[in-house]
Amino acid sequence: MAAFAATAGGLLRLRAAGSEGQWRRLRGAGLLRGLLQPESATGVAAQRRRVAHFTFQPDPEPREYGQTQKMNLFQAITSALDNSLAKDPTAVIFGEDVAFGGVFRCTVGLRDKYGKDRVFNTPLCEQGIVGFGIGIAVTGATAIAEIQFADYIFPAFDQIVNEAAKYRYRSGDLFNCGSLTIRAPWGCVGHGALYHSQSPEAFFAHCPGIKVVVPRSPFQAKGLLLSCIEDKNPCIFFEPKILYRAAVEQVPVEPYNVPLSQAEVIQEGSDVTLVAWGTQVHVIREVAAMAQEKLGVSCEVIDLRTILPWDVDTVCKSVIKTGRLLISHEAPLTGGFASEISSTVQDRDRTFALQLCFTVISLAHSVIVLEGEETLQIPFGNSEVTEIPTAEIESPAECTQEQAGELGHVPTGACAPAPSWPPHSTSASLCSRITTPQSG
Amino acid sequence: MGSSCPRPPGPKALRLRLGCPLLCLLQKQLPRRQEQQHFPSLDDKPQFPGASAEFIDKLEFIQPNVISGIPVYRVMDRQGQIINPSEDPHLPQEKVLKFYRSMTLLNTMDRILYESQRQGRISFYMTNYGEEGTHVGSAAALDNTDLVFGQYREAGVLMYRDYPLELFMAQCYGNVSDLGKGRQMPVHYGCRERHFVTISSPLATQIPQAVGAAYAAKRANANRVVICYFGEGAASEGDAHAGFNFAATLECPIIFFCRNNGYAISTPTSEQYRGDGIAARGPGYGIMSIRVDGNDVFAVYNATKEARRRAVAENQPFLIEAMTYRIGHHSTSDDSSAYRSVDEVNYWDKQDHPISRLRHYLQSRGWWDDEQEKAWRKQSRKKVMEAFEQAERKPKPSPSLLFSDVYQEMPAQLRKQQEALARHLQTYGEHYPLDHFEK
Repeated sequence: MAAFAATAGGLLRLRAAGSEGQWRRLRGAGLLRGLLQPESATGVAAQRRRVAHFTFQPDPEPREYGQTQKMNLFQAITSALDNSLAKDPTAVIFGEDVAFGGVFRCTVGLRDKYGKDRVFNTPLCEQGIVGFGIGIAVTGATAIAEIQFADYIFPAFDQIVNEAAKYRYRSGDLFNCGSLTIRAPWGCVGHGALYHSQSPEAFFAHCPGIKVVVPRSPFQAKGLLLSCIEDKNPCIFFEPKILYRAAVEQVPVEPYNVPLSQAEVIQEGSDVTLVAWGTQVHVIREVAAMAQEKLGVSCEVIDLRTILPWDVDTVCKSVIKTGRLLISHEAPLTGGFASEISSTVQDRDRTFALQLCFTVISLAHSVIVLEGEETLQIPFGNSEVTEIPTAEIESPAECTQEQAGELGHVPTGACAPAPSWPPHSTSASLCSRITTPQSG
Repeated sequence: MGSSCPRPPGPKALRLRLGCPLLCLLQKQLPRRQEQQHFPSLDDKPQFPGASAEFIDKLEFIQPNVISGIPVYRVMDRQGQIINPSEDPHLPQEKVLKFYRSMTLLNTMDRILYESQRQGRISFYMTNYGEEGTHVGSAAALDNTDLVFGQYREAGVLMYRDYPLELFMAQCYGNVSDLGKGRQMPVHYGCRERHFVTISSPLATQIPQAVGAAYAAKRANANRVVICYFGEGAASEGDAHAGFNFAATLECPIIFFCRNNGYAISTPTSEQYRGDGIAARGPGYGIMSIRVDGNDVFAVYNATKEARRRAVAENQPFLIEAMTYRIGHHSTSDDSSAYRSVDEVNYWDKQDHPISRLRHYLQSRGWWDDEQEKAWRKQSRKKVMEAFEQAERKPKPSPSLLFSDVYQEMPAQLRKQQEALARHLQTYGEHYPLDHFEK
């Protein structure tokens, strides 16, 4: 009916406008397209929607796990689920719309292959999905629950935090729900806005008893998901939805494991440690390349992989080496997981003589829809960059959390030379300030 | 939870409104739609996928409770006499005596532990006064291996399954013998051996969990039912709705057992719901439902027995709403005289108590008398007191157990915290009552 309304209205407007106004250049085929796209005020075709600005960087083909196949992220997930259901006769997959293959195609073909008692839809109720999954796991069977978007995991928060996480502890290990895994699409996708883009890992990081995992790629995803499913603790596995189709790699066909609670140093460096997880890993890889090329700065890039329990040793060891730490994540700044990393690192490094330049980049709002502004050369939405000038820090022991959290003006030569800093110009700062409205 | 676009009009609608030339153009632009097949025999019946029903051309709202509510099934009258002999389960003497002993032993333990809280010996307690019939009647109708998910007022189920007094006490005292390792408040019992899942404080969370366990039991062909207990207050939680709906859609062998005892702490049922109790909700989910007299142990037994048989045979859920009365306070933190009259409580204690009714039944059969009653009261009290005194003497578990079982393995961060506590206690141990704890 919109088409009809546009047609009629358009015809009237055309006649009224005569040769004036926005319709005058429209003739013939252009007329219909223009009428059906009334936003084309200038008479040209509507702007192409800008999508996320980053490039997925595949890892080299793994050799040690046998035959590989080209897979994107959702296919790698399907492969992991397929392997799990084949190996473990008690394993079941359930959630909203998983039966026909799932809204992101992660469960395509599994119901046909394993039967409707093993791959099935549930009613639309996240607290029910997780509660039901806990119950299956309590009997010892393997439960793989899907929450359709991480944004909708909150009705299940009580079941996850008060029940799943505490089942073993509160019962004195008489009962547990370790064979429960919850999967959910996670993170920015470009057009998702407030409710299809959230990264809620920080809420769950505060909950001992569960594990929280975020993969960066298809190979990592399959190995980490298999580890989560086999892990004897309830796990939440967040899948970066923007990578479902954008990330393509060679992935082993047979099952294999990527260990939990082990961060991966994916690029060694000497001047600054960059930490991220999920999609942002690819962003900071680009940043590392840019820093090397434009500033001659050598970055050590770490993919955290497991948020809880996180690999403190790898991150701290790296910061001890480089003397600088930069953490990048989607999700709000305040209380974001970068706070946990930064406070732990500072606590650990108190005894080492190094200069700590502390920078956090993260989204001001949980999501802002891209406006396609070309002046903002940033991957997602708006961001706020904070930098602590190291010149003001007398000794590392003095660098308190408060200082780290202060918004500081960036003086020139802000990153004062550290022993490992190469002798290049530091005026083009890594840490440029972009002022944007911020909340949280 | 996502958005969905309204379906665009089909080709028939468009044909009526547009001239031919534009129609051709538009049909190319719009998604192709199938010509709807014409089924003349179905013309006058609703075709909606969402409900199967007839049409009606009279505007009429369904009035809830227009007929009187769901009736209450009972076997005995208030004096313990069988009303309809065909409903008498004809249980053997030993079994009925076990009912009686379980209920009275529970009652005795409740009195002593309630007092012990008042004396500062344990931190907290919840009694089961008036609801013993709901526990024992239902427990007796199950197999010993049927899985039980409870709320917190179902100790009689454990009592019937011969959970030792020593372990009840150990949990309430949080001593070294507690299977739960002293981590929870009193009355949060659990027993793997007796298939009683550990109680947790949040209400109704067990309901969808019980459904999942039932689903797994079905898949395993275990011939097991899962029973899930909850109060009428907990039935207001979203988790209850979730559990009912999942059980019905996923065809789970589960018995939902609601203890409707009239109060959720101070909130009477008139402020908890406005429909016909909990039983009336069952049909809304497609669940077989019944309301029973919870103070009639045989009614509870019969209903649970039949529900169990059919739940396992037919893989469908059953809802039993057992009407009863909470004679005691909600807990030791509650004084119910603040919101109800002593007369009301006395009525139930004196006129309609599950223990009295069963005793009348036993006595009328010649299976029990006053002498046995006196002897049993003395014996049960002695047993409870012995367990109680022993429990009090035992130490509490080691502080190092604060950190284990959070995960199956202890992660590095927790180990560091455990070590930090150990160091702290080495230096400042004198400020802590470490003598009461195992090393």
